[in-house]
Amino acid sequence: MTPRHTLHIVSGKGGTGKTTIAAGLACALATSGRRVLLCEVEGRDGISELFDVPSLTGRGEGRVSRTPAGGTVYGLAIDAEDALIEYLDTFYHLRVAGKALDRFGAVDFATSIAPGLQDVLLTGKVYEAVRRKIKDRPNAYDAVVLDAPPTGRIARFLNVHRAVAGLAKVGPIRNQADSIMRLLRSATTAVHFVTLLEDMPVTETEEAVDALRPTRIRAGMVIENMVTPSPLDHDQLQVAAAGSLILRVPGLTLKQNQALGVEFAIEAARTLQEQQRHDRLTALGLPLVQVPFDPGGIDVGAIFAIAEQLIDQVSLEAA
Amino acid sequence: MTSASQPHAGLPVPFLDIDKIIGDRETKIIICCGSGGVGKTTTSAAIALRAAETGRKVVVLTIDPARRLAQSLGVGELDNTPRPVSMIDTAAGGSLDAMMLDMKGTFDDVVLAHSTPEKAAAILQNQFYVALSSEFSGTQEYMAMEKLGQLHAEAGRWDLIVVDTPPARSALDFLDAPEHLSALLDGRFLRLLLHPTRGPLRFMGAGFSMMSAVMTRILGAQIISDVQTFVRAFEALFGGFRQRATSTFELLSSRHSTFLVVATPHRDALREAEYFVDRLTEEGMPLSGMVINRVHTRALAISPERALSLAEDLAGTSAVLEVEALRRHANLVRVIEAEMRMMERFAAARPAVAQTQVQSLPTDVTDLAALRRVGSLLSDKD
Repeated sequence: MTPRHTLHIVSGKGGTGKTTIAAGLACALATSGRRVLLCEVEGRDGISELFDVPSLTGRGEGRVSRTPAGGTVYGLAIDAEDALIEYLDTFYHLRVAGKALDRFGAVDFATSIAPGLQDVLLTGKVYEAVRRKIKDRPNAYDAVVLDAPPTGRIARFLNVHRAVAGLAKVGPIRNQADSIMRLLRSATTAVHFVTLLEDMPVTETEEAVDALRPTRIRAGMVIENMVTPSPLDHDQLQVAAAGSLILRVPGLTLKQNQALGVEFAIEAARTLQEQQRHDRLTALGLPLVQVPFDPGGIDVGAIFAIAEQLIDQVSLEAA
Repeated sequence: MTSASQPHAGLPVPFLDIDKIIGDRETKIIICCGSGGVGKTTTSAAIALRAAETGRKVVVLTIDPARRLAQSLGVGELDNTPRPVSMIDTAAGGSLDAMMLDMKGTFDDVVLAHSTPEKAAAILQNQFYVALSSEFSGTQEYMAMEKLGQLHAEAGRWDLIVVDTPPARSALDFLDAPEHLSALLDGRFLRLLLHPTRGPLRFMGAGFSMMSAVMTRILGAQIISDVQTFVRAFEALFGGFRQRATSTFELLSSRHSTFLVVATPHRDALREAEYFVDRLTEEGMPLSGMVINRVHTRALAISPERALSLAEDLAGTSAVLEVEALRRHANLVRVIEAEMRMMERFAAARPAVAQTQVQSLPTDVTDLAALRRVGSLLSDKD
């Protein structure tokens, strides 16, 4: 069984754990013998940081992890200027000239005056990785996961047609943009949204799902990150949140029981708010996945644990 | 085991006294910076409200507030105009205005204010200007600084400006943006593009025209000519831009300004904060200290192990609420321990940086009452 999507684009508001979830998803997809590429585009060196490997910046694709399931995750930090130089080389055989252009500040200039160009260069590199063929395999990678820009910019980032609208009407960039758009709109691509169950990230998720619609790029799942599940029902939580609950834990003093009640009132209020936000996300009609909060913090072990949470959803969509 | 009453169990960390900062009439500008999602906007608004209610005449410049917070401040619209926040306590003689930065509007205003109507019209319609003013990655930061300069120039109307900086992709973009924009518009490539036959680089002629041809093919002839037209029209304006950026920079480094770095007690946010602290120190900017938001606190002083063991004893009984309360307590203590480790690590690396902590609130901050509460938590030593 192979998952339907080969390109997974992960977005989320800053602070929601977007990079961590993207890494977890890459690990989830890297089942036995599979090769998965995890890309980042924001120059933050988040992948090497998470997997505790040397910086990927300027190093091309490097292996970052073997998963417990026996797959391999590779990492790539994509830089727009490098991508432009690569372009010049591929299409004009101008590697040396590209370097010279760089010295003139022309590459920085080109990517700065046409911000859309930068996006096309970044998505173009992802496109190349998805479509790359190698000997004896249909594709170099079985899946590619993109740690994409935040929800506020995602639709704009992916709308490469709009991005190049003001650019050259013909030529390789234009052609490339058409191919990228076809890939992004294909049934094998999905955009996932990472959110916390807090007001702002949920609002941004709702807005991003709306903004994505006109681009005709498919929305995948919504990942509710750092969730604290509760076995209590709504009424019980409301009573607890109101602070009117009298707890009687044998072995604790009256004072300690009261203190526990004060703490629990805050926790219950938080859970109630989280449930309201969960309901708002349910209304989006997309598959929801919950990743429980890990008080131990994030390390490679925690990423594999997140992969476990995501794997059910990923295998659900097996073709 | 940890004791419940000591949030700084490790090192003695100097306390960041917000009330002292806002009480000092020489403080004219407070800049809150930090990575995205750490509560910068809320912190800025809470400080502004507290300063106003203790008698300062305050304007708060926000970049991208949550909708409901914006509504409670009365800046639901992105119209670049400071508007009075009603319902605040004015007994101490203060006032509060709030505004939300309109990046393009600010840029347009500058163009209109500093050029002839014909020239302004030409610039505003230029395609390159449209892209630059609405999408260029440094424009928002640049315009935040421009707006700050403008607000400061309106002497007398306010005696304190609180600035919420844009969620910087790379730390202190707002300090770098003016320079980046200058470098872009002033760079060798653009000079070559405009005057290919002048200067010491004219001997590069042949090589350059090839490159220029490649750029034209990639970017399109239209955009290149738009850039040329734009820069010619903009040249006169640009000197003024740079001059104002320089004076805003000087203002920010003066004793009338102070920076607060906002973070949460998490690894990523604190790592970013460390970077901010170092950059500000390197640039000689006046740093007051750090605000650490969303710090968890507890009321009960028993260990997670004990709580879980008590919960286990009750498992299977009707005491479901007790079991859940104990389980949540154990989780909470683990969170607190992880947060403390992170904060101790930070304090050990940057021991001179003063801190104040704001405890994690169960509900979103969406009204003035909640902002007031954040303000008092900010100022509170424990």
